[in-house]
Amino acid sequence: MTTETHRDDLASKTGMWLFLFTEMLLFGGLFVVYSVYRYRNAEAFHLAAEELSVFVGTINTIILLISSATIAMSITAIQKHNKKLTLLLLGITVLLGLAFLVNKYFEWGEHIREHIYPGSPILASRGQGDVLFYGLYFFMTGLHALHIIIGLVFICVIGRLIIRDKIVHDNFVLLENSGLYWHLVDLIWIFLFPLFYLIT
Amino acid sequence: MENVKNHIVPYRTFLYVLALLIVLTLTSVTLTQISLGTFTVTIALLIAAIKSSFVLRIFMHLKFESLMLKLMVLAVILIICLVIFITLLDYLYR
Repeated sequence: MTTETHRDDLASKTGMWLFLFTEMLLFGGLFVVYSVYRYRNAEAFHLAAEELSVFVGTINTIILLISSATIAMSITAIQKHNKKLTLLLLGITVLLGLAFLVNKYFEWGEHIREHIYPGSPILASRGQGDVLFYGLYFFMTGLHALHIIIGLVFICVIGRLIIRDKIVHDNFVLLENSGLYWHLVDLIWIFLFPLFYLIT
Repeated sequence: MENVKNHIVPYRTFLYVLALLIVLTLTSVTLTQISLGTFTVTIALLIAAIKSSFVLRIFMHLKFESLMLKLMVLAVILIICLVIFITLLDYLYR
Protein backbone atom coordinates (compact mmCIF):
# COMPACT_ATOMS: atom_id res chain seq x y z
CA MET A 1 0.00 0.00 0.00
CA THR A 2 1.35 3.39 -0.94
CA THR A 3 1.08 6.44 1.27
CA GLU A 4 -1.19 8.17 -1.24
CA THR A 5 -3.11 11.10 0.28
CA HIS A 6 -6.79 10.43 0.77
CA ARG A 7 -8.88 11.38 -2.23
CA ASP A 8 -12.63 11.46 -2.75
CA ASP A 9 -13.61 12.63 -6.21
CA LEU A 10 -17.32 12.16 -5.63
CA ALA A 11 -17.23 14.44 -2.58
CA SER A 12 -15.14 16.98 -4.50
CA LYS A 13 -17.62 17.07 -7.34
CA THR A 14 -20.64 17.17 -5.01
CA GLY A 15 -19.05 20.11 -3.20
CA MET A 16 -18.61 21.92 -6.53
CA TRP A 17 -22.27 21.29 -7.36
CA LEU A 18 -23.37 22.65 -3.95
CA PHE A 19 -21.45 25.84 -4.76
CA LEU A 20 -23.06 25.96 -8.21
CA PHE A 21 -26.49 25.72 -6.51
CA THR A 22 -25.77 28.96 -4.63
CA GLU A 23 -24.81 30.55 -7.96
CA MET A 24 -28.04 29.30 -9.55
CA LEU A 25 -30.07 30.75 -6.67
CA LEU A 26 -28.20 34.06 -6.94
CA PHE A 27 -29.08 34.44 -10.62
CA GLY A 28 -32.51 32.89 -9.98
CA GLY A 29 -33.24 35.76 -7.61
CA LEU A 30 -32.21 38.25 -10.27
CA PHE A 31 -34.50 36.56 -12.79
CA VAL A 32 -37.40 37.02 -10.33
CA VAL A 33 -36.59 40.75 -10.12
CA TYR A 34 -36.41 40.91 -13.93
CA SER A 35 -39.78 39.15 -14.37
CA VAL A 36 -41.59 41.42 -11.93
CA TYR A 37 -40.13 44.65 -13.35
CA ARG A 38 -40.83 43.49 -16.86
CA TYR A 39 -44.44 42.72 -15.95
CA ARG A 40 -44.88 46.16 -14.41
CA ASN A 41 -43.06 48.08 -17.22
CA ALA A 42 -43.90 45.95 -20.25
CA GLU A 43 -43.89 48.80 -22.79
CA ALA A 44 -40.59 50.39 -21.67
CA PHE A 45 -38.83 46.99 -21.50
CA HIS A 46 -40.10 46.20 -24.99
CA LEU A 47 -38.69 49.42 -26.48
CA ALA A 48 -35.42 49.34 -24.53
CA ALA A 49 -34.71 45.69 -25.46
CA GLU A 50 -34.99 46.59 -29.15
CA GLU A 51 -31.92 48.82 -28.79
CA LEU A 52 -29.68 45.85 -27.97
CA SER A 53 -27.84 44.25 -30.89
CA VAL A 54 -29.28 40.79 -31.53
CA PHE A 55 -26.33 40.09 -33.84
CA VAL A 56 -23.64 40.69 -31.18
CA GLY A 57 -25.74 38.76 -28.65
CA THR A 58 -26.05 35.78 -31.00
CA ILE A 59 -22.30 35.78 -31.75
CA ASN A 60 -21.53 35.85 -28.03
CA THR A 61 -23.97 32.99 -27.39
CA ILE A 62 -22.29 30.85 -30.04
CA ILE A 63 -18.82 31.77 -28.68
CA LEU A 64 -19.82 30.56 -25.21
CA LEU A 65 -21.43 27.37 -26.55
CA ILE A 66 -18.25 26.47 -28.47
CA SER A 67 -16.08 27.22 -25.42
CA SER A 68 -18.30 24.94 -23.34
CA ALA A 69 -17.86 22.14 -25.87
CA THR A 70 -14.05 22.58 -25.95
CA ILE A 71 -13.67 22.39 -22.17
CA ALA A 72 -15.96 19.34 -22.09
CA MET A 73 -13.77 17.70 -24.76
CA SER A 74 -10.63 18.50 -22.74
CA ILE A 75 -11.89 16.04 -20.08
CA THR A 76 -12.12 13.33 -22.74
CA ALA A 77 -8.62 14.26 -23.91
CA ILE A 78 -7.05 13.95 -20.45
CA GLN A 79 -8.78 10.61 -19.88
CA LYS A 80 -7.19 9.43 -23.12
CA HIS A 81 -3.72 10.46 -21.84
CA ASN A 82 -3.54 13.25 -24.45
CA LYS A 83 -1.95 16.09 -22.47
CA LYS A 84 -1.21 18.28 -25.50
CA LEU A 85 -4.78 18.15 -26.79
CA THR A 86 -6.12 18.84 -23.27
CA LEU A 87 -4.01 22.00 -23.05
CA LEU A 88 -4.90 23.04 -26.60
CA LEU A 89 -8.63 22.68 -25.87
CA LEU A 90 -8.28 24.64 -22.62
CA GLY A 91 -6.34 27.32 -24.54
CA ILE A 92 -9.16 27.60 -27.08
CA THR A 93 -11.68 27.87 -24.21
CA VAL A 94 -9.71 30.75 -22.66
CA LEU A 95 -9.38 32.56 -26.02
CA LEU A 96 -13.13 32.21 -26.65
CA GLY A 97 -13.84 33.53 -23.16
CA LEU A 98 -11.64 36.54 -23.88
CA ALA A 99 -13.40 37.08 -27.23
CA PHE A 100 -16.71 37.14 -25.35
CA LEU A 101 -15.36 39.82 -23.01
CA VAL A 102 -14.04 41.91 -25.93
CA ASN A 103 -17.49 41.83 -27.56
CA LYS A 104 -19.05 42.79 -24.25
CA TYR A 105 -16.58 45.70 -23.96
CA PHE A 106 -17.60 47.12 -27.33
CA GLU A 107 -21.27 46.54 -26.57
CA TRP A 108 -21.11 48.36 -23.24
CA GLY A 109 -18.88 51.05 -24.78
CA GLU A 110 -21.55 51.74 -27.38
CA HIS A 111 -24.23 52.18 -24.70
CA ILE A 112 -22.03 54.38 -22.52
CA ARG A 113 -21.16 56.60 -25.52
CA GLU A 114 -24.90 57.12 -25.98
CA HIS A 115 -25.05 58.15 -22.30
CA ILE A 116 -26.90 54.99 -21.32
CA TYR A 117 -25.46 53.75 -18.06
CA PRO A 118 -26.78 53.46 -14.49
CA GLY A 119 -27.04 56.90 -12.94
CA SER A 120 -26.92 58.76 -16.26
CA PRO A 121 -29.21 61.85 -16.31
CA ILE A 122 -30.10 61.19 -19.97
CA LEU A 123 -31.22 57.65 -19.10
CA ALA A 124 -33.17 58.98 -16.10
CA SER A 125 -35.04 61.41 -18.38
CA ARG A 126 -36.32 58.46 -20.43
CA GLY A 127 -38.43 57.23 -17.53
CA GLN A 128 -38.56 54.60 -14.82
CA GLY A 129 -38.96 51.57 -17.13
CA ASP A 130 -35.76 52.32 -19.08
CA VAL A 131 -33.83 52.97 -15.87
CA LEU A 132 -34.93 49.57 -14.54
CA PHE A 133 -34.21 47.74 -17.82
CA TYR A 134 -30.70 49.13 -18.23
CA GLY A 135 -30.00 48.84 -14.51
CA LEU A 136 -30.79 45.13 -14.69
CA TYR A 137 -29.00 44.79 -18.04
CA PHE A 138 -25.75 46.26 -16.74
CA PHE A 139 -25.96 44.48 -13.40
CA MET A 140 -26.83 41.02 -14.71
CA THR A 141 -24.49 41.01 -17.75
CA GLY A 142 -21.82 42.62 -15.54
CA LEU A 143 -22.16 39.94 -12.86
CA HIS A 144 -22.07 37.34 -15.63
CA ALA A 145 -18.92 38.90 -17.12
CA LEU A 146 -17.34 38.82 -13.66
CA HIS A 147 -18.07 35.08 -13.59
CA ILE A 148 -16.40 34.75 -17.00
CA ILE A 149 -13.26 36.45 -15.63
CA ILE A 150 -13.25 34.17 -12.54
CA GLY A 151 -13.80 31.14 -14.80
CA LEU A 152 -10.87 32.18 -17.04
CA VAL A 153 -8.55 32.50 -14.02
CA PHE A 154 -9.79 29.11 -12.75
CA ILE A 155 -9.09 27.46 -16.13
CA CYS A 156 -5.59 29.03 -16.31
CA VAL A 157 -4.75 27.66 -12.85
CA ILE A 158 -5.98 24.23 -13.96
CA GLY A 159 -3.88 24.50 -17.14
CA ARG A 160 -0.80 25.17 -15.00
CA LEU A 161 -1.55 22.07 -12.90
CA ILE A 162 -1.87 19.99 -16.07
CA ILE A 163 1.51 21.28 -17.35
CA ARG A 164 3.07 20.25 -14.01
CA ASP A 165 1.38 16.82 -14.23
CA LYS A 166 -0.64 17.46 -11.07
CA ILE A 167 -3.80 16.71 -13.04
CA VAL A 168 -3.46 13.45 -14.96
CA HIS A 169 -5.58 10.80 -16.68
CA ASP A 170 -6.69 9.16 -13.40
CA ASN A 171 -6.88 12.29 -11.25
CA PHE A 172 -8.72 15.04 -13.08
CA VAL A 173 -11.58 16.02 -10.78
CA LEU A 174 -10.24 19.59 -10.59
CA LEU A 175 -10.46 19.86 -14.36
CA GLU A 176 -14.02 18.53 -14.17
CA ASN A 177 -14.89 21.11 -11.51
CA SER A 178 -13.49 23.99 -13.58
CA GLY A 179 -15.54 22.62 -16.48
CA LEU A 180 -18.67 22.56 -14.32
CA TYR A 181 -18.10 26.21 -13.38
CA TRP A 182 -17.61 27.21 -17.01
CA HIS A 183 -20.75 25.35 -18.09
CA LEU A 184 -22.73 27.13 -15.39
CA VAL A 185 -21.57 30.47 -16.80
CA ASP A 186 -22.77 29.25 -20.20
CA LEU A 187 -26.06 28.07 -18.68
CA ILE A 188 -26.75 31.49 -17.17
CA TRP A 189 -26.05 33.16 -20.52
CA ILE A 190 -28.50 30.76 -22.21
CA PHE A 191 -31.23 32.51 -20.17
CA LEU A 192 -29.79 36.04 -20.15
CA PHE A 193 -29.60 36.12 -23.95
CA PRO A 194 -33.31 35.58 -24.75
CA LEU A 195 -34.45 37.69 -21.79
CA PHE A 196 -32.48 40.79 -22.76
CA TYR A 197 -31.92 40.47 -26.51
CA LEU A 198 -34.71 38.37 -27.99
CA ILE A 199 -37.95 39.00 -26.12
CA THR A 200 -38.80 42.46 -27.36
CA MET B 1 -15.55 5.49 -3.56
CA GLU B 2 -16.33 5.87 -7.22
CA ASN B 3 -12.84 7.06 -8.12
CA VAL B 4 -12.21 4.01 -10.26
CA LYS B 5 -15.39 4.29 -12.30
CA ASN B 6 -14.26 6.48 -15.18
CA HIS B 7 -16.71 7.18 -17.92
CA ILE B 8 -15.22 8.57 -21.12
CA VAL B 9 -17.57 10.58 -23.30
CA PRO B 10 -16.47 10.44 -26.96
CA TYR B 11 -15.44 13.74 -28.62
CA ARG B 12 -18.12 13.44 -31.28
CA THR B 13 -20.91 13.42 -28.64
CA PHE B 14 -19.84 16.92 -27.59
CA LEU B 15 -19.62 18.06 -31.21
CA TYR B 16 -23.13 16.76 -31.97
CA VAL B 17 -24.52 18.49 -28.89
CA LEU B 18 -22.67 21.70 -29.83
CA ALA B 19 -24.17 21.61 -33.33
CA LEU B 20 -27.62 21.05 -31.87
CA LEU B 21 -27.18 23.93 -29.40
CA ILE B 22 -26.12 26.32 -32.19
CA VAL B 23 -29.09 25.26 -34.33
CA LEU B 24 -31.43 25.83 -31.37
CA THR B 25 -29.89 29.28 -30.76
CA LEU B 26 -30.40 30.30 -34.39
CA THR B 27 -33.96 28.90 -34.34
CA SER B 28 -34.69 30.92 -31.23
CA VAL B 29 -33.28 34.10 -32.84
CA THR B 30 -35.25 33.56 -36.07
CA LEU B 31 -38.53 32.74 -34.34
CA THR B 32 -38.39 35.72 -31.99
CA GLN B 33 -37.63 38.13 -34.87
CA ILE B 34 -41.00 37.20 -36.37
CA SER B 35 -43.61 38.85 -34.23
CA LEU B 36 -45.58 36.08 -32.57
CA GLY B 37 -47.08 38.21 -29.82
CA THR B 38 -47.30 36.57 -26.43
CA PHE B 39 -45.95 33.30 -27.82
CA THR B 40 -42.51 34.90 -28.30
CA VAL B 41 -41.74 34.72 -24.58
CA THR B 42 -42.95 31.12 -24.32
CA ILE B 43 -40.97 29.98 -27.36
CA ALA B 44 -37.75 31.75 -26.32
CA LEU B 45 -37.91 30.35 -22.79
CA LEU B 46 -38.88 26.87 -24.01
CA ILE B 47 -35.86 26.76 -26.34
CA ALA B 48 -33.62 28.09 -23.54
CA ALA B 49 -34.92 25.29 -21.29
CA ILE B 50 -34.20 22.65 -23.95
CA LYS B 51 -30.70 24.08 -24.47
CA SER B 52 -29.96 24.10 -20.75
CA SER B 53 -31.12 20.51 -20.37
CA PHE B 54 -28.50 19.46 -22.97
CA VAL B 55 -25.79 21.52 -21.25
CA LEU B 56 -26.69 20.00 -17.87
CA ARG B 57 -27.02 16.42 -19.08
CA ILE B 58 -24.13 16.10 -21.53
CA PHE B 59 -21.63 18.95 -21.00
CA MET B 60 -22.00 18.86 -17.21
CA HIS B 61 -22.03 15.06 -17.32
CA LEU B 62 -25.20 14.74 -15.22
CA LYS B 63 -26.55 11.98 -17.44
CA PHE B 64 -23.78 9.72 -16.13
CA GLU B 65 -23.82 10.84 -12.48
CA SER B 66 -25.49 9.25 -9.48
CA LEU B 67 -29.23 9.51 -8.90
CA MET B 68 -28.58 11.54 -5.76
CA LEU B 69 -26.78 14.31 -7.66
CA LYS B 70 -29.48 14.33 -10.37
CA LEU B 71 -32.19 14.72 -7.73
CA MET B 72 -30.26 17.51 -6.01
CA VAL B 73 -29.96 19.49 -9.25
CA LEU B 74 -33.60 18.87 -10.06
CA ALA B 75 -34.63 20.09 -6.60
CA VAL B 76 -32.72 23.36 -7.00
CA ILE B 77 -34.23 23.98 -10.45
CA LEU B 78 -37.71 23.27 -9.04
CA ILE B 79 -37.13 25.71 -6.16
CA ILE B 80 -36.13 28.49 -8.58
CA CYS B 81 -39.15 27.78 -10.83
CA LEU B 82 -41.48 27.72 -7.81
CA VAL B 83 -40.14 31.02 -6.48
CA ILE B 84 -40.64 32.67 -9.89
CA PHE B 85 -44.11 31.12 -10.26
CA ILE B 86 -45.34 32.11 -6.80
CA THR B 87 -43.95 35.65 -7.09
CA LEU B 88 -45.67 36.12 -10.45
CA LEU B 89 -48.95 34.70 -9.07
CA ASP B 90 -48.78 37.38 -6.40
CA TYR B 91 -48.27 40.18 -8.95
CA LEU B 92 -50.78 38.87 -11.49
CA TYR B 93 -53.68 38.22 -9.12
CA ARG B 94 -53.22 40.68 -6.32
